[in-house]
Amino acid sequence: MGKVLSPPLAGTRLPAADVFERDLVVVSNDPVNGEYMRLALKAPLELLERCRAGQFFHLLCPVIGGETPYLRRPMSIYGFFPETGELHFLYKVAGAGTRALFHLGPGDMLNVLGPLGLGFRIEDDWQHLVLVARGVGLATLAPLALEARNRGRRLTAICSARHADVLMSIDYFRDMGADVVTVTDADGTSSMEHVEGVIETLVEKRGVDAFYTCGSNRMLLLLQKLGRRHGIPGEIALEQQMACGLGMCHCCVRPFMQDGKRVQLRVCREGPVFDIQEAMPW
Amino acid sequence: MVDMSVDIAGLKLKNPVMPASGTFSEELAEVFDIECLGAHVTKTITRDLRSGNPTPRVCEVDGSMLNSIGIPSKGVRYFLEKTAPFYSAYNTPLVVSISGNTADEFEALCAEVSVDGVAAIEVNVSCPNIEEDGKAFAIRPSSTYEVMSRLRKATRLPLWAKLTPNTGETPEVARAAEEGGADALVVANTLLAMAIDTRTRRPKLGNLMGGLSGPSLKPIALRMAYQCAKATRIPIIGCGGISTADDVLEFLIAGASAVQVGTATFINPTAMVSIIAELEGRLSREGVSSVREIIGTVIDDEQKSGVVFMEAAP
Repeated sequence: MGKVLSPPLAGTRLPAADVFERDLVVVSNDPVNGEYMRLALKAPLELLERCRAGQFFHLLCPVIGGETPYLRRPMSIYGFFPETGELHFLYKVAGAGTRALFHLGPGDMLNVLGPLGLGFRIEDDWQHLVLVARGVGLATLAPLALEARNRGRRLTAICSARHADVLMSIDYFRDMGADVVTVTDADGTSSMEHVEGVIETLVEKRGVDAFYTCGSNRMLLLLQKLGRRHGIPGEIALEQQMACGLGMCHCCVRPFMQDGKRVQLRVCREGPVFDIQEAMPW
Repeated sequence: MVDMSVDIAGLKLKNPVMPASGTFSEELAEVFDIECLGAHVTKTITRDLRSGNPTPRVCEVDGSMLNSIGIPSKGVRYFLEKTAPFYSAYNTPLVVSISGNTADEFEALCAEVSVDGVAAIEVNVSCPNIEEDGKAFAIRPSSTYEVMSRLRKATRLPLWAKLTPNTGETPEVARAAEEGGADALVVANTLLAMAIDTRTRRPKLGNLMGGLSGPSLKPIALRMAYQCAKATRIPIIGCGGISTADDVLEFLIAGASAVQVGTATFINPTAMVSIIAELEGRLSREGVSSVREIIGTVIDDEQKSGVVFMEAAP
């Protein structure tokens, strides 16, 4: 699981096309709420079968609508569905790249490169998985629910947002059989103290085998603390500005603590999913 | 059939297209068969381990990019034990890019990487020389000559000097590299540049400034490649913003014998594959039997040297 891009072996010529660079047709590009858009692309089976939760694609956002994005934009996989032949991304319009994506309509083409990076680990003895995420972090964690269901694991999704109406992926998680706990700023339940209490209860009542999170410094710190307290492993998906997306340019490094030493690892290659205890708050 | 091979100071390349240092590594072999390239050029290595610059290390500007990566390096041992053996599975010549903070460091590294399997050494003289006010070796003819002549004694392999556009003395630096013992010139590295986020008022790069690469650098690199071809008798390898077969032809016509493709690979990882195919197709359609016929065919009439080597826009 996840270890799709193994390091090249010395003296071994690699078969070409482990990674796909393809023009895919847009099926739909619609708002899911007031802030986020879901982009669905038609994708071939051999590409979808390589996808793992936590991996990303490097999107060549089109020059369109007056937008001139230049570099590719990394975007985590929101959903991959071999049965319908679709690859989904969830995005919030923020800069030139996502503004350009917003202009895409059914029938348009989008060039994608991927799947890239290492996805989430689910070890064989991890029976109860707990994911904690907020905002677009939920997009990255959504396919984990699919994998958990496919492997018959129990999943609790703690979903955080400013308001209940921008909570995302709730129905998706429920459809995948997950227990969903929602916390919001509006009703005062999204504080780290409250979330800590929710997780402590889960640990006590059901036992937790692994934590997963994405995108929030506060949640990283909380899960590191809880992980150390109860000896529970965890994984975090991280972001960084990228150029090549393949590991060549070393633009997308972040610092990690490994064996007491600070090391720089590439988010595109050694990640984007990392051990939660090795990750450093930012 | 078009003969696509070129000769860089005795090193025969099957075609004139190779990657620019820093935009190529073993990982690209997962996307296409890298045996199709004219040469393999490694990311710059240093003797010691280097962790590189703070992030963000990259940002985009209109139609181009800035980077400030800072030559992170796993050191010479990693190169000898891992990198060189990886490329030994290919017949394509391996060019190792090296850098040092001092002439001594450069010289030692040059000798250490002169091993079986390395076909040429690209000398990144665009990096700062910490013994002399931190200016890049290739800013001035004197420091260029000094480091190249030291390197010449350290290896029997062909030496390619990678020049910087941050000099005001391009032809003089090119001649100094040639006199110091360079077998070819790579023209050129990135141009020092800056970008600021107007909302936060912070520089967009963690290291304040970085190197401009991509299409907006191309006319500058082309001007330099032309001047270097006129100023020296050694082969020129054009580098800077090349992303199409037409760009390659432009550099060949200006006098380059080969080219390096860099930033274009970040946008389209198979850019070099398409460029090679397009170039061959275009030469074939135009009835050109060898790509070498194109080199240096610019119709520039008889220009005075003051015009050819101008250092300020007229």
